[in-house]
Amino acid sequence: MPNRNISLRRQMTDYFFTGLAASLSVIVVSALIAILAYLVLRGAGSLNLSFLTQTPKPVGETGGGMANALLGSVMILGIASLFGVPVGIGAGIYLAEYGRNRLGQLVRFTSDVLNGVPSIVIGLVAYGLVVLPQRHFSAFAGGVALAIMMIPTVARTTEEMLLLVPHAVREAAFGIGIPQWRTTISITLPTARAGIITGVMLAFARVAGETAPLMFTAFGNQFWSFSANQPIAALPLQIFTYAITPYDDWHRQAWAGALMLVILIVGTTTLVRFVFMRRMLGGAR
Amino acid sequence: MGAAREPHIPDGQPTGQSFGAAAATRSNQPDSSKVPFVNQTREAPAWKKSVINLDSGFKGLMLVAALVVLGIVGLIVAELMQGSALAWQKFGIHFFFGSEWDPVSGGFGALPFIYGTVVSSLVALFIAVPLAVAVAVFVTEMCPKPLRRPISYATELLAAIPSVIYGLWAIFILVPILRVHVEPWLMKYFSWTGLFTGPAYGIGMLAAGVVLAIMIVPIISSITREVLAVVPQPQREAALALGATRWEMIRMAVLRNARAGIMGAVILGLGRALGETMAVTMVIGNSPSIAKSLLAPGYTMASVIANEFNEATSDLHRSALIEIGLALFIVTIIVNILAGLMVWTVTRGTPARTNA
Repeated sequence: MPNRNISLRRQMTDYFFTGLAASLSVIVVSALIAILAYLVLRGAGSLNLSFLTQTPKPVGETGGGMANALLGSVMILGIASLFGVPVGIGAGIYLAEYGRNRLGQLVRFTSDVLNGVPSIVIGLVAYGLVVLPQRHFSAFAGGVALAIMMIPTVARTTEEMLLLVPHAVREAAFGIGIPQWRTTISITLPTARAGIITGVMLAFARVAGETAPLMFTAFGNQFWSFSANQPIAALPLQIFTYAITPYDDWHRQAWAGALMLVILIVGTTTLVRFVFMRRMLGGAR
Repeated sequence: MGAAREPHIPDGQPTGQSFGAAAATRSNQPDSSKVPFVNQTREAPAWKKSVINLDSGFKGLMLVAALVVLGIVGLIVAELMQGSALAWQKFGIHFFFGSEWDPVSGGFGALPFIYGTVVSSLVALFIAVPLAVAVAVFVTEMCPKPLRRPISYATELLAAIPSVIYGLWAIFILVPILRVHVEPWLMKYFSWTGLFTGPAYGIGMLAAGVVLAIMIVPIISSITREVLAVVPQPQREAALALGATRWEMIRMAVLRNARAGIMGAVILGLGRALGETMAVTMVIGNSPSIAKSLLAPGYTMASVIANEFNEATSDLHRSALIEIGLALFIVTIIVNILAGLMVWTVTRGTPARTNA
């Protein structure tokens, strides 16, 4: 029989550590709540129609908005997706369908390496590759930087999702004589579609908030710009610029922009999680 | 298409080796009786030829996409090496040991930035590791089922918030709290350590460390959760059956087994912290000095690039900043590879997404 005294002490230890783990978890969750709450508290008041439709006003004039930065973000992200998504999905298909060899291993490893490269370094490289030869900052350069950041995430998710498709499905396709390229396009990819869309959306949400790679590429702009070949504003850049100024009105704008950005990103992430994830798991099982 | 079909995988040669072969052997058997028939009716070699081309064409296209990934990393390395050549020629290895940073007179040493990066990351780890491991243990081993999803979702949301928003929050919310409440308290009771001396600005190493900590908790805790999830269930049951309390079971049967993986998760968190730019730039104070006190302002490798690159006055200045970028690149890669290996030793052989 166990000794009751020792058992009591052990019981207390157990309670202690359970309580510790629980309270540390509470701290982490409350950090999230604190951040989101302050974003709403400080940002909601300034998130109005003029914020969404006007360009920044000069210092000292109140009002104005971030409409040009919103458009800029959309353009940069569009360019990034244009390059990043096809390359990422293609690389994912290669890894899943043809990548059981040395080259596949190397690509897999390289894409994990690329995933870990600090975003500021990506910015430096995009500066050297696009901005220097062009001799000016541009939305295009920003798009290239973000595309580089999207590719590894999209590639690895695509691979993972394609590998979830049972081999029997492919074998059945081969069995009735469908060539492999057709099997991939018409059978494997559609089966894994929800999962791949999830990966793309998550990569998109991740780069949507990136600031560092845009500093030396898109550069920012206080005015409207509709050209991919000109410096352009972006939401995260604008938040950064405003946050480090000493002007109260710009701080308010920064909070409103941050709230906007978080709504977009958290909205995307949550949507993906609750809509696509469920459908994907339902499809794969 | 049907008339010219072959009994087993057509064009078996250019397809994926492993299951292409498997499929061939399997679908061979039922069809083998028809082989002569099919062979007789095969009348369109041109069609078949075009299929071969499409198949290898498609594979080639995907291969190009895969090679782009290799190419990008190659370009990053080439670009950084080329860009930093000037500074490397001028200063050599001493670049990393010099503590002078004077763009006007052209003297560049990266030591203050390396120091700032290392110290702020260590402070972050010091705060984040207990929190992250506690969350992971709590979610996988202790907490009531209905709480499991909300808590892990909350930590994932923390990971989704952009760096610049952490920075904004830190400037206006965290820094004042640190300045008014936390730092005076630290100075009162812990100034004997020498780590908490000098005026309480609010901004500085400590503020950077705290923000970084919040930012790396999600990555550490999600990898730790993954690692804990692969500890075999019988191990837990055995410990409980021997009369261990739940905490004893966690300590002896779970944490001990997952040690290497948790270490890997921590190092992965370190990798994140080292390269983090915006939030740190906004609160660390941006002063290229080496101070023992954590309350003093500092500077990190990433933030000096962010602050000075666009305004770099000379080629040497720009080159020095790119060399810092190259160093950051190399260090984060080594750290990430190390972490990956450590996680892999624990989770290998199990499906990648055990608790998705």
